[in-house]
Amino acid sequence: MHELSVTQSVLDIALANAGARKIKQVNLVIGQFSSIVDDSVQFYWDMITKGTPAQGSLLHFERIAGEMTCRRCGHVFHPTDETFECPSCSSPLVKISKGEEFQVESIDVE
Amino acid sequence: MTTRIPVVENILSANDRIADRNRVLLDEKGVYSINIMASPGAGKTSFILKTLEALKGRLKLGVIEGDLATSIDAEKAMAAGLPAVQINTGGGCHLDAVMLADALPALPLSDLDLVLVENVGNLVCPANFQIGTHLNVLIASIPEGDDKPYKYPGMYRGVQVLIINKTDLMPYVTFNMNYFIKGVEALNPDVTIFPVSCKSGEGMDAWAYWITEKVRAGKQG
Ligand SMILES: Nc1nc2c(ncn2[C@@H]2O[C@H](COP(=O)(O)OP(=O)(O)O)[C@@H](O)[C@H]2O)c(=O)[nH]1
Ligand SMILES: [Mg+2]
Ligand SMILES: [Zn+2]
Repeated sequence: MHELSVTQSVLDIALANAGARKIKQVNLVIGQFSSIVDDSVQFYWDMITKGTPAQGSLLHFERIAGEMTCRRCGHVFHPTDETFECPSCSSPLVKISKGEEFQVESIDVE
Repeated sequence: MTTRIPVVENILSANDRIADRNRVLLDEKGVYSINIMASPGAGKTSFILKTLEALKGRLKLGVIEGDLATSIDAEKAMAAGLPAVQINTGGGCHLDAVMLADALPALPLSDLDLVLVENVGNLVCPANFQIGTHLNVLIASIPEGDDKPYKYPGMYRGVQVLIINKTDLMPYVTFNMNYFIKGVEALNPDVTIFPVSCKSGEGMDAWAYWITEKVRAGKQG
C-alpha cells in the first residue's frame, strides 16, 4: 500500500510550498520508469486532504514516456518492453534519456 | 485568481532525507549495509543464508528481515550466532527509510561489520524507496525468465549489484542469457554481476570475496 505514503509525501510538499493559500491543483511529473503512482491515488488524496488547504484539489499527472538514446548513432527512440536495441543501427549500447521523473512539478494556489 | 508556484521536488524527498540519516548512523558505527531486493521466491533468504555461511569467521553480520513471506528462521540465525531483527511492514509492498530507522537500533551495530536487509518480495516498489544502505542488490533468478529487465526497468536501473541466482536450473529452463544481459547493460552499464546457485553454492566465493573487499574499503574510507 505505497499509495498512502506517496500521497502523504505529495501533500507534505504541497502544503510546505503553499503557505496559507488554498491549493487548487498539484501537478506531478511521473516518468514511465518510475511509475509506481497510478491515477487511483486521487482517491487517497481526497481522503488525506480533508481539513487541509488542499481539500477539494486535483492531482494532475503528466506522464513522461520512456525514451532512450543510442550511444553509437545518437538516435532517440521509445523502447518497447521486449527490446532496448536501437531501431536505427541495432546497437545494444543505449542510455535512458527520459522517463525517470518522479516530481511535484508545481502547485496551483488561489 | 490562480497562481502557479514552481516546486520541482522529488516526491520521495522526505524518505530520502531519512535514508541519508540512516547512512550517517551506519557510517558512524562503521557498518556496511546491503538492501537485497527481488521478486518473491527469487532466493533472497537463501542468498542471505549462503552469504552468512561464506563470511562466517571473516565478518560480523546482522540481518534485518523485511519479507514476511519467508522470514529467516530465528533459530537458524541464533545457531549461527547472528543478531536478526524482523520488520513488520503491515502487508506493505516495500521497505522505506523510516522502517529501517526503527529497526537499526535493535541491532548491536557497534559490534557488526555488515548488515543484510531482506526487502519485501516485489520488483516494482522497492526500487523507488531508498532506505539508506550502501549497496542496492537485485537478485534475478533463472526460472523468472530472461525478459525481466525489459518488464521492470526501474528495478534493474537502480542497483549496483545484480545476482543471477539458480544457475543450476539453466539446463532445464529456457533462458537466453545474452538477451537478458543486453537488457541489463542498456539500463545499467556499470552494474556488477554475480551468477550464483544458492543450491550448489557455485559462484558464492566470488561474491563473498568481492563484498569482503567492499566492507574493508568502506572501513578505511
Ligand atoms: N534450484 C534452486 N533453488 C533455489 C536456489 N535458491 C533458492 N532456491 C529455492 O527457491 C525457493 C525460494 O527461495 P527463498 O530464498 O525463500 O526466496 P525469497 O522469497 O526471495 O526469499 C526455495 O524453495 C529455495 O530452496 C538455487 O540456487 N537453485
Ligand atoms: Mg525471503
Ligand atoms: Zn543507433
